[in-house]
Amino acid sequence: MTTRRAAYEARQRRRANLLAGGSTAVVLILLIVLVPLAPGWEGVQASFFNAEIFARTFPDLLSAFLINIAIFAWSVPLIAALGLAIALARGARAPVLFPLRIFGAIYVDLFRGIPVVLLVYLVGFGIPGLGLPRPWNSPYIWGTVALVLTYSAYVAEVLRSGIESIHESQRNAAVCLGLSERDTMRYVVLPQAIRRVVPANMNMLVALQKDVALLSFIGPVEILRQAGIFKSLLANFTPYVAAAVIFLCVTVPATRYADYLMNRDRNART
Amino acid sequence: MPEPRLALRGVKKSFGDVEVLHGIDLAVNPGEMVCLIGASGSGKSTLLRCMNGLEPVDDGEVRLDGVDIAEPGFDLAPIRQKIGIVFQSFNLFPHMTAYDNVALAPRRVLAEDARTRIEALFERFGLAAHMGKYPDQLSGGQQQRVAVIRALAMRPQTMLFDEITSALDPELVDEVLDVLRSLRDDGMTMVLATHEMGFARELADRICFMDKGVIAEEGAPDLIFSTPQRERTKQFLASVLR
Amino acid sequence: MKTFLTATLLTLTASGAFAAGHCSAGKTLTEGTLTIATGNPAYYPWVIDDAPEAKQGFEAAVAYAIAAEMGFADNAVTWVRTSFDEAIQPGAKNFDLNMQQFSITADRDRVVDFSAPYYTAPQAVMTTVEAVDAGAKPTMESLKAMKWGVVASTTALPVVTETIQPTQSPLVYDDNANITAAMQAGQIDAALFDLPTALFTAAVLMDNGVVLGQFDASAAESPDQFGALMPEGSALKECVDEALAALTASGELAAIEAEWLQAAVGVPLIK
Repeated sequence: MTTRRAAYEARQRRRANLLAGGSTAVVLILLIVLVPLAPGWEGVQASFFNAEIFARTFPDLLSAFLINIAIFAWSVPLIAALGLAIALARGARAPVLFPLRIFGAIYVDLFRGIPVVLLVYLVGFGIPGLGLPRPWNSPYIWGTVALVLTYSAYVAEVLRSGIESIHESQRNAAVCLGLSERDTMRYVVLPQAIRRVVPANMNMLVALQKDVALLSFIGPVEILRQAGIFKSLLANFTPYVAAAVIFLCVTVPATRYADYLMNRDRNART
Repeated sequence: MPEPRLALRGVKKSFGDVEVLHGIDLAVNPGEMVCLIGASGSGKSTLLRCMNGLEPVDDGEVRLDGVDIAEPGFDLAPIRQKIGIVFQSFNLFPHMTAYDNVALAPRRVLAEDARTRIEALFERFGLAAHMGKYPDQLSGGQQQRVAVIRALAMRPQTMLFDEITSALDPELVDEVLDVLRSLRDDGMTMVLATHEMGFARELADRICFMDKGVIAEEGAPDLIFSTPQRERTKQFLASVLR
Repeated sequence: MKTFLTATLLTLTASGAFAAGHCSAGKTLTEGTLTIATGNPAYYPWVIDDAPEAKQGFEAAVAYAIAAEMGFADNAVTWVRTSFDEAIQPGAKNFDLNMQQFSITADRDRVVDFSAPYYTAPQAVMTTVEAVDAGAKPTMESLKAMKWGVVASTTALPVVTETIQPTQSPLVYDDNANITAAMQAGQIDAALFDLPTALFTAAVLMDNGVVLGQFDASAAESPDQFGALMPEGSALKECVDEALAALTASGELAAIEAEWLQAAVGVPLIK
């Protein structure tokens, strides 16, 4: 039971798929055939795509990646908590809380403005340099603090935009029911705001996952540092390619998932 | 003559430089149902919002059970539960089920787990099967009834309704008006801003025709609808009853 | 032909009166000029004041000595700067020789060419006065208990993990400055450098630095030797090796080492 319209659309779809498949194949073939024809290809291949070195370094890189995952895992809840606190501080309306608002604004401006690398150095070397005893001077702790400072500033801004995007009528409805400011925020505004900014925060997580590598500047041997060590010992860049493969295995699905959430959100609102 | 439940005297309200209420006097007695009619922009909604303090009034008094809630700095929180309001756009909380929408305020404000009472309300307004649904799973009429239940769950003595059927498809209007009829039978004190002229004429104790920020004419429904005194009232009724 | 050239060069070297570029003719980037790369910046005592043109510092002096052996006058030597990564990346290079304390290893040798070694670097342990006061000693047992830091692009990491085998895994940094910062912050107790770098870092960069001890380079299975780095398959390698052989034989290389790296004595050997 195919209608005329359905048959027509099926034909169009087949045609589109064929064209897309065909053009993709042509591009791939050109890449595969033409790139190796370049005069320097052999050198590039030996330096970046050395199968033997790839296989030799991959297991160590993978285990170094566990450090990235650990740093990431303990940073995220801290970033979420601090980001929320800063967002709420910035949105505080009571006059007595004015210092809190100013603090929130300065915090966000400051830590979004400073490059993460600088903060990692400054906090990672500087604060322990004040004379903290072990284990409280660990680069893991202070490196994490640097990441949390930066990312909570970003997350605070995202959350604040989410809070402000909730229509005033929702607040009004809550206030008219007798809910306090606090309860209105907690039960009515925040749950909706947080849901609304999930996609933006997913992108933040992907960026954080990559920035975790900056902690290697102050000592921890995470995956990029491990790759750098191999590069130096083997005088070959393949370990970086291997590290990139590991990164992609995590970030691509995460980015796709974020896109999916964003699309779903967009569809839900139309 | 009993003390009015709600008494407004000389209420003025401006948005920026535009004065939208030019000194309103209005008294609503317990159990009375007052309908505000008038063209869009005549000040009906603003007047309702001044009655529960959602819009602070610039001048004049709003007395609820004798207490002037329009006094600058008056703490409105405790009186919110005495006067409920339902909006044109429902304003349900989209992330909560119908039940949770209703149960939130009693739990947080009254510290009461009002489950039986709330279930009875859903039952009464024919929504018992929909308590677990989210607002976007309900029709407009159903959502508006949930919004009414949400306000009723705080056990208000007075209810304000701000054009609550205006956003509904025509076939859903009646189910919401039935709710109002039922509340009328309970003896609830009600003030409605409405465009449902037939409904207003049938049920209201009093009609207030608002025009350009004043109550231009008020009286019993039959009088207003059959023998309006003012030219503006005649024009308005002629245009809506065509 | 090649043998003939070599023979000629050696003869001429001995006589000290040969025409420029016999061996290296046509093999340098720019004919008649030897382009040598150093680090950016280049550090004491390898290059003094980051100015290799001044011939001051061990590597600067060795570079000019090699150039002279190969027949390049001082003004025929050009300096460029590269990072480690630029030295090993595929594709055309902008230097004939690259001298920045590159340790010769078999793995690296597969990708680039190294000259014969111009320096055998003893590995040395830098630590702090505080650590010494707390009982750090130049013994393996004491070293094992320390928290280590090394520079990523050096061969120090395998020495630490394989020879010293500390109980805690080492931290790794980009450069000496970061090692210094980490040590000041109390995050590491000890760092492994070549001895000259250790001496310089302890004396100049650190307020409280101490060179605890050195490993006996002659006793190591594969001692850390610095060689000049050249692009893989460089035609110049032979000339450079010959020049170095001549410098070694004449005692000139030893004299340069004595002049610039003399402070190395008096550091205890690690037992």
